[in-house]
Formats: sequence, C-alpha cells, structure tokens
Amino acid sequence: MTTFLQDLKKIDEETGHFGQFGGRFVPEALISALDQLEAEYLKAAADPKFNDDFQDLLKNYVGRPSPLTEAKNLSKHAGGARIFLKREDLNHTGSHKINNVIGQALLTVRMGKKRIIAETGAGQHGVATATAAALFGLECVIYMGEEDTVRQSLNVARMKLLGANVVPVTTGTKTLKDAINEAMRDWVTNVESTHYLLGTVAGPHPFPTIGRNFHSIMGVEARQQILEITGKLPTAVTACVGGGSNAIGLFHPFILDKEVQLHGYEAAGDGIETGRHAATLSGGTIGILHGTRSYVLQDENGQTLASHSISAGLDYPGVGPEHAWLKDTGRAFYHPITDTEAMDAFSLLSRTEGIIPAIETAHAIAGTVNLARELGKDAVIVINCSGRGDKDVETAAKWFKINPKS
Amino acid sequence: MSLLHDTFLKAKSENRAVLIAYLPAGFPTIEGSIKIIKEMLESGVDIIEIGVPYSDPLMDGPVIQQAVDISLHNKTGIKDVMHVVKEVSMLGKPVLTMSYWSPIEKWGIEKFAQQMTHAGGIGVITPDLPPDESQAWITQTDKNNIDRVFVVAPSSTEERLSLVTKNVTGFVYAASLMGVTGTRTEVSNRAEELVARIRKHTTLPVAVGLGVSTTQQVKEVAQFADGVIVGSAFVRIILEQADLSKSIAAIGQLCKDFARVLRKN
Ligand SMILES: Cc1ncc(COP(=O)(O)O)c(C=O)c1O
Repeated sequence: MTTFLQDLKKIDEETGHFGQFGGRFVPEALISALDQLEAEYLKAAADPKFNDDFQDLLKNYVGRPSPLTEAKNLSKHAGGARIFLKREDLNHTGSHKINNVIGQALLTVRMGKKRIIAETGAGQHGVATATAAALFGLECVIYMGEEDTVRQSLNVARMKLLGANVVPVTTGTKTLKDAINEAMRDWVTNVESTHYLLGTVAGPHPFPTIGRNFHSIMGVEARQQILEITGKLPTAVTACVGGGSNAIGLFHPFILDKEVQLHGYEAAGDGIETGRHAATLSGGTIGILHGTRSYVLQDENGQTLASHSISAGLDYPGVGPEHAWLKDTGRAFYHPITDTEAMDAFSLLSRTEGIIPAIETAHAIAGTVNLARELGKDAVIVINCSGRGDKDVETAAKWFKINPKS
Repeated sequence: MSLLHDTFLKAKSENRAVLIAYLPAGFPTIEGSIKIIKEMLESGVDIIEIGVPYSDPLMDGPVIQQAVDISLHNKTGIKDVMHVVKEVSMLGKPVLTMSYWSPIEKWGIEKFAQQMTHAGGIGVITPDLPPDESQAWITQTDKNNIDRVFVVAPSSTEERLSLVTKNVTGFVYAASLMGVTGTRTEVSNRAEELVARIRKHTTLPVAVGLGVSTTQQVKEVAQFADGVIVGSAFVRIILEQADLSKSIAAIGQLCKDFARVLRKN
C-alpha cells in the first residue's frame, strides 16, 4: 500500500527537472544538504508514521480540512458561474503557507537539525515558520526585506511574539528576492546545523517537489469536496502566483484531469507595459534565479530586474519551475492582474462575501471574476483563497483612504 | 599544454604555490579595474580571476557584494568584462573569469566561451554550476579550449569530489570553509583536510580560496595547496581608499608582500 505522500507522485520527476526547467544551480557546498533533504523526504514519504504525524498535525493543529465555501454573491457579480473558495485563510496562522511548513518542520526534526531559517515576503511564511519553530522547540531566524518589514509590520510583531529573530535585509531591492539571498548565505555558512525552510515552490531541487507535495493537500481536499457538492469535476481551478506554492498545491491533483482548466494570476503591478510589475510568466524570459531554471525578470546580461507589486507576497522576479513547465506545455494559463484590479477585488470580496482576503489572494479573485464571465453561468470554478487580509489592513486603508479615526 | 598548466608547473619547479587574485570587472570603474589588474600582474600575481558582476551573488559576503553593486551601477555588462579580459591578457599571464551561472546562460553558453577565447581568456570559474547541470558547458568549453574550473567545499562527499574532479580542467578550486567570501581572522582548519581529500581523486593542481587575506594566511595555505586565492582583501582596499592611484599603490604593495612570502616558504 502506498502512503498519502507517495500517492501524489503519479507525475513526478525524480530528477528534479520539469522539462528544461528546475534543477540545481547552487554552490557545491549546498549539494550534500540538498541530497540529505531529498533522501530524508523520500524515506519520510514512504513511512506511514510520518504520514500519520503530518496529517494529524494538519487536522488538529492547522484545522484541516479547510472548508470549501460557495461564494454566491460573488457569483452573481461575475455572471452567474458557481464560484467556490478553498478557505486556506481559515488555517492556523492565516494562510496556506503552514501546510508546507509543518511538513518541512517534521523533516527538520527527522534530520536532527535544531535551527531553521526562512525568507518571507508578506510575512505569512515567516509567521508559519516561527509558529512551527515554537511548536517543535527549534531556533528560528527569519530574513525579511526591509521594505516588507514596513508594509507587513503586523507580521513582524507576530514573528517576534513567537520567539523568532527577524533580520531586516537592506541589500538590493530590500524585498523577497534579497531575503532569499540572505537566507542562502546563512545556509551556506551553517548548513550542518540548519535547515532552510524555503517558503515557496522555487529554489533548487528538491524544494519545488517537496513543497508541492506538502501543499497538495489543498487540491486533494478541494477535488473531493467539489465532487461531493456538485457531483463532477470543476470547469477550472484558479490561484494567485508569486513563487507558486498555493497555486501548485491546488493544481497538482487536477493536472491529470485534462478537462479541468488551470489558471494562475500574477502581479502586474502598475501594468506589464510599465516595466513595474512582478508577472514573471507573462512578462519574463527563461533564465536562472535562486538555484533553479524558470521564467525570470532579467536583462540580457542575466541580471535580475527589480519586481514591483502592492502585494509583498507576489513581489518576486522568479517563479517555481513547475509553473514554467505547465505554461510551456499549455496545461496551465497565467494572466497578469494590476494593483488596481487586485485592490478592487479585495474590496469586492470583503463587501459581497464578508471575507477580507490577503492582497495576494485578491489577485486570484480579480482574475477569476474575469474568467467566470468568459466561461458563463454553467461553469464551476474553485479559487484558492490562500490567505486572510488582516496583515494588509494598513495598506488597504491607505489605498482606499480610510481614516480609522473619523 | 595550457598557459594555466605551465604556470602551475613553473611555480612547482620553484617550489612555491601560485598567487591568484580576484577582482570584479567594472570595479571601481571599467578602466579602473583594468589598471588595478595590470598592477596586480606586474606585482607578483600569477593568475587573475575577473569577476562577472551579478545582481544576486549568493556566495559573496558584504565586501564583494558592495563592489559588485558599484560595478553594476557602472552598467558593467559582459561586453565590458570581455574588454577587461582582452586588455589584461596582453600581459601574457593566465586570465580567467569567475561568473555565477545566470549571466553565462543568459548571454549564451557558446557565445560566452567563444568571446572568452577571442579576448585571450583561458578559463572560467563557475561557483554555482554543479557538473550535473553542465553538459552544454562542458561541450562548449572543450570546443573553445577554455579551462573549466568548479568549486568544491568542505561539505563535499567523496562521491561529489569524484564527480567534480572528473569534470574539472586546469585546477580545482577548494573553498576553505563553509560560508561566503570575506576576510577571516584565521584559515579554517578544514582547508588542509579538504585539499588532502581532493588529491585522492585527481592529480590536477588545487587552489584554496575564501577568507585568505593576510601574508600569514597566504603562507599557511601555501604549505598544503598549489595555489592561494585572494579577493576580498584587495576589494576592501579600494572600498576604503577613494583615490585610485593610492589604492593601486597599496594593492601593488600587498601583492608584492604575498609574492615574497610565497617564495620564502
Ligand atoms: C496569502 C498568500 N497567498 C499567496 C502568496 C504567494 O506565494 P505562493 O505563490 O508561493 O503561493 C503568499 C506569499 O506570501 C501569501 O501570503
């Protein structure tokens, strides 16, 4: 009998490549740690005890399964298609990030490492990592771009309350890209004692694969839930795409269901044509960033370009290699959503459904409303509601010019 | 057979290690980097490694990061790097470039290798390209007669050392410690052990870098390695001394000091 995690490997590549994408472009110093992580993951995936521990924590600590909420008011607004929200915003710590974190924290303990480090953009991955560190008694250092520590200050306070050391990164663009650089530098130095708990499905093999597998719980649940409710597979599943973790976790269990469309929504910032955006798949080219080959925003000299988005969690000039492969094979579609479109959808979901989404998630809401109109009222769409908007209240208040004192 | 090979052989006949210096192209300016490198090569440096600036230098500490930022601010591109290679290779000593993989892959693997050859460069060090991903690179470096240097680390297993050394030409670059570039107060005690482990897999020369910055450290490393690589110590002088002629003089002096201790070993 195969375990839950082994069952996910139907279309997996053991080599860490997705067509021409993926791989490992890292210093030799890190290769043994990546090999160790891969070996430990494969052992753990085959171990029924590990699978039980993982699923028990997801159920009793994270609060899974997350509900699949039908958004009837939003449907009316979007031309009548049935729209369902996979409620990752209701997870402990407030986003999907915790799924991968619990899995990798269990692996850290299995590897006998006592220290975890992570990068964070929106702070949701940092909060989830700090949470797991507290639970498992691990030392925790979170690297966060200085600009992001300001726009997501609530999450900085949460991480500190949880006992993590938050290091503001002042190099380069002072956002997620540079937080990853600093985390990598820490890892090269302390690799023997430390696990780098990478927060998305980018980076060198095996991170894209193990992150995808831990997050696939979302798609597995959503597939079962929608079949129970509607008796058939959905017309489309949709998600926002930063590094691509919430999207791949929802997409993966549907990839072999050819009739189900996969749509990802990237941050177009001020608009792709302005050059101030983070829509890597829509506006980037093939290259190398952070140890993997994928689409990247870069110039002809291979220099990474700065990305721009109102959403700290999508403000990244790279994307996970499996998405690059899904795009090039035509299995999935990726579309740009501007700051303005995302903020309109942020407001729309808040007012129609009483759910304040993360600004990252709002990109998926905006894109899905367009898609629903296109597909018509017979369509059934599942959106990954990847996180809640508490962390974004300050940014939103500024955007909508809400004065809390009047 | 190659200039690199001859350089190591000649040093060996003199019973000494070779001195290898690193400087990013375009730092502090493009012409400035040419002047500094020429001074280095005239002051006892045997081999020069010219850094290709990259926006996300994961293996570099704050000193080289700052230099690379300045270089990128000067808009140094691969064309400029090739210009620097061409200018300094006229001195007849081996000139290598050191580049993260992103710039080479984006520029074009074949184009990069060809342009290196045309500019008079003889080798390329790729610190974040493991042999597992380097099939096209191996083909093109072989075709263009470019030496292909990979970096190994104290954490490398015997299996990895075997794989890497099988694919290296020229010399093996041994990272002296686990960490990023920058000056350190002591030579890591893992460097000597790593060099001994590498020698079980290859007869190629082994050069040690990362954290070597003082004459004392150069002397120490030369006792067990065939080459000593110094980078951050030079970069720091330029960062601290805005007057180019003064920093050139200071770098020349430091190179002479290193060259002297290597000959007295
Ligand atoms: C709520 C939420 N959704 C989405 C993302 C984007 O990441 P990914 O594309 O990996 O899901 C983030 C990242 O911080 C997030 O916090």
